[in-house]
Amino acid sequence: MSYTVIAEGIRKSFGAQVVLDGVDLALDRGSVFGLLGPNGAGKTTLVRILATLMRPDSGRATVAGHDLLTDPVGVKGAISLTGQYAAVDDVLTGRENLEMMAGLLHLGRRAARARAAELLAEFDLTDARDRRVRTYSGGMRRRLDLAASMIRRPELLFLDEPTTGLDPRSREQLWGTVRHLAAQDVTILLTTQYLEEADQLADTVGMLTAGRIVARGTPDELKSSLGTEIVRLRFPDARAYQSALAALAPSAGGTGFTIEAADDGALRIDIPTDGSSARLRDLLDLLVATGGSTAAGSPRVSTHRPSLDDVFLALTGTADTAGATPAPRSATRSELAR
Amino acid sequence: MSSLTYDIVDSRIMVGRCLRRSWRDPEAFFTALMLPIILMLLFVYVFGGALRDHGPYVDYVVPGLIVLCAGFGAGTTAVALATDLAGGIVDRFRSMPIRASAILLGQVAASLTRNLLATALVIGVGLGIGWRPTTSVWRWAGALGLIVLFILALSWLAAAVGLLAGGPEAANSFTFVLMFLPYVSTAFVPTDTMPSVLRGFAENQPFTPIIETMRGLWMGHTSTGASTAHEALIALAWTLGLLALSWPAATHLFRRTTTH
Ligand SMILES: Nc1ncnc2c1ncn2[C@@H]1O[C@H](COP(=O)(O)OP(=O)(O)OP(=O)(O)O)[C@@H](O)[C@H]1O
Ligand SMILES: [Mg+2]
Repeated sequence: MSYTVIAEGIRKSFGAQVVLDGVDLALDRGSVFGLLGPNGAGKTTLVRILATLMRPDSGRATVAGHDLLTDPVGVKGAISLTGQYAAVDDVLTGRENLEMMAGLLHLGRRAARARAAELLAEFDLTDARDRRVRTYSGGMRRRLDLAASMIRRPELLFLDEPTTGLDPRSREQLWGTVRHLAAQDVTILLTTQYLEEADQLADTVGMLTAGRIVARGTPDELKSSLGTEIVRLRFPDARAYQSALAALAPSAGGTGFTIEAADDGALRIDIPTDGSSARLRDLLDLLVATGGSTAAGSPRVSTHRPSLDDVFLALTGTADTAGATPAPRSATRSELAR
Repeated sequence: MSSLTYDIVDSRIMVGRCLRRSWRDPEAFFTALMLPIILMLLFVYVFGGALRDHGPYVDYVVPGLIVLCAGFGAGTTAVALATDLAGGIVDRFRSMPIRASAILLGQVAASLTRNLLATALVIGVGLGIGWRPTTSVWRWAGALGLIVLFILALSWLAAAVGLLAGGPEAANSFTFVLMFLPYVSTAFVPTDTMPSVLRGFAENQPFTPIIETMRGLWMGHTSTGASTAHEALIALAWTLGLLALSWPAATHLFRRTTTH
């Protein structure tokens, strides 16, 4: 297996505030890694460190075969960065921006012009190419920033919240670009607040909280790590609903089921299970036995897996008190894959 | 291509960018061009009548106006660099495989270009309204050489200030200081009518020998009575000293500001 990024024990503090407290990372070549974490978790800080913009206090990393600390120029030659805030010159026009960046990548004047035109078309900016970036909308600016990162195909592409402020169509378009690049062996480190985006794009997801990556795995592994699958029952009438509610109440005892949520108006009950068919059968048997399911009042059953949002909330819910309690233990791949 | 060629390409692109930005800020561009013209006319036709002890005032005032405009231009440079640092663009440049110094070099070279243009304007307007300096090529070369050196030193100082200021607004106050300093020098009036404290300051601050050297070279005599060679030595010591300090200081500050 070849890695594009190997980082070990990255630490970074700002004054007394410890932002990164020993981050380890290994990104497979051509994979998409989704870095998630609440605001202020240190995602941007980690990206900036790996993109040579900031030095870690300690730790080491190899990016595309170059040592981050001793060969930053080699690293710069292999990466492209789209930071959290658009890094374009708003006095210049869109075309001038791209031609300038292409020039700085030593494409040569003619090639630079051609590449800029291609990218302007690809990112739907051709009509606005000769307008100053100052007059662009937030989404257009964002797209120009992305285009600037694609002038040449990097080995590693950093995308720090790339779709914040994009409309659904542009977002979809960017997702397509990301998939396309990943298929061409470009490794992508993506941070995002939209967990659906990580779910859609990322091969591996890491949750950064309290300075560490507290969980990592494929989105599926992380979801099953919660160990639950929600069974949702929707009752056709109040009588069946009430019988089920009574049968599942803790005072009924012995069934081992708990009610996560019940909605009197919608006649709906959510019950967490382990997702096995045996457990589901137990539940249905119980309903039949207690009158919660009759020929006339049979509930509709649906199961729903936890989303990454649920995982995110479960893992970061304690983030505020992380100072008082020990940081959550890292969930390893094998634990998650159980 | 060699890495030196790349460095030259990078720096050229950076200078081009900075100059484009200057021309596109119509307000700043207009001010930078109008300032020399308006000041020249103001000093010569409004104040000049009261100040004509030593021949036509325009003969006296040209070096002072050049220094004043250079001070204003340096302020512009400090603001431009502080603006760049406040935005995200420097981060993008720094994530690219280009020498970081090209970013700084671009600003300084653009500053030099802008200020030489302002200098040319002062000289041109001066000649147009009756300034009659020497026609010796060597004396002109000496005066222009000093101007280039002085503007270069001031541009590096401006870069250092822009890096230290922490924001465009703070950097802007530098313009104020540099535009005020020439008034307490021999730029517009000789020092002999000033009270002694001011006079001590005026005679020993760096702008005075620089102005006097230009005056000596162009008009054949200084206003302080010292020889041109004497003033030139002090002027060179100041400018080279300033350059030797501000260049490495700006480079160091740039590295420090951009790598946390
Ligand atoms: N240059 C800096 N100086 C001081 N503190 C900083 C600096 N950069 C970041 N921080 C602090 O480090 C913490 C992590 O910031 P960072 O921007 O990495 O978070 P993030 O995970 O990207 O957050 P968000 O989701 O809001 O973008 C924050 O508390 C921030 O205030
Ligand atoms: Mg961030």
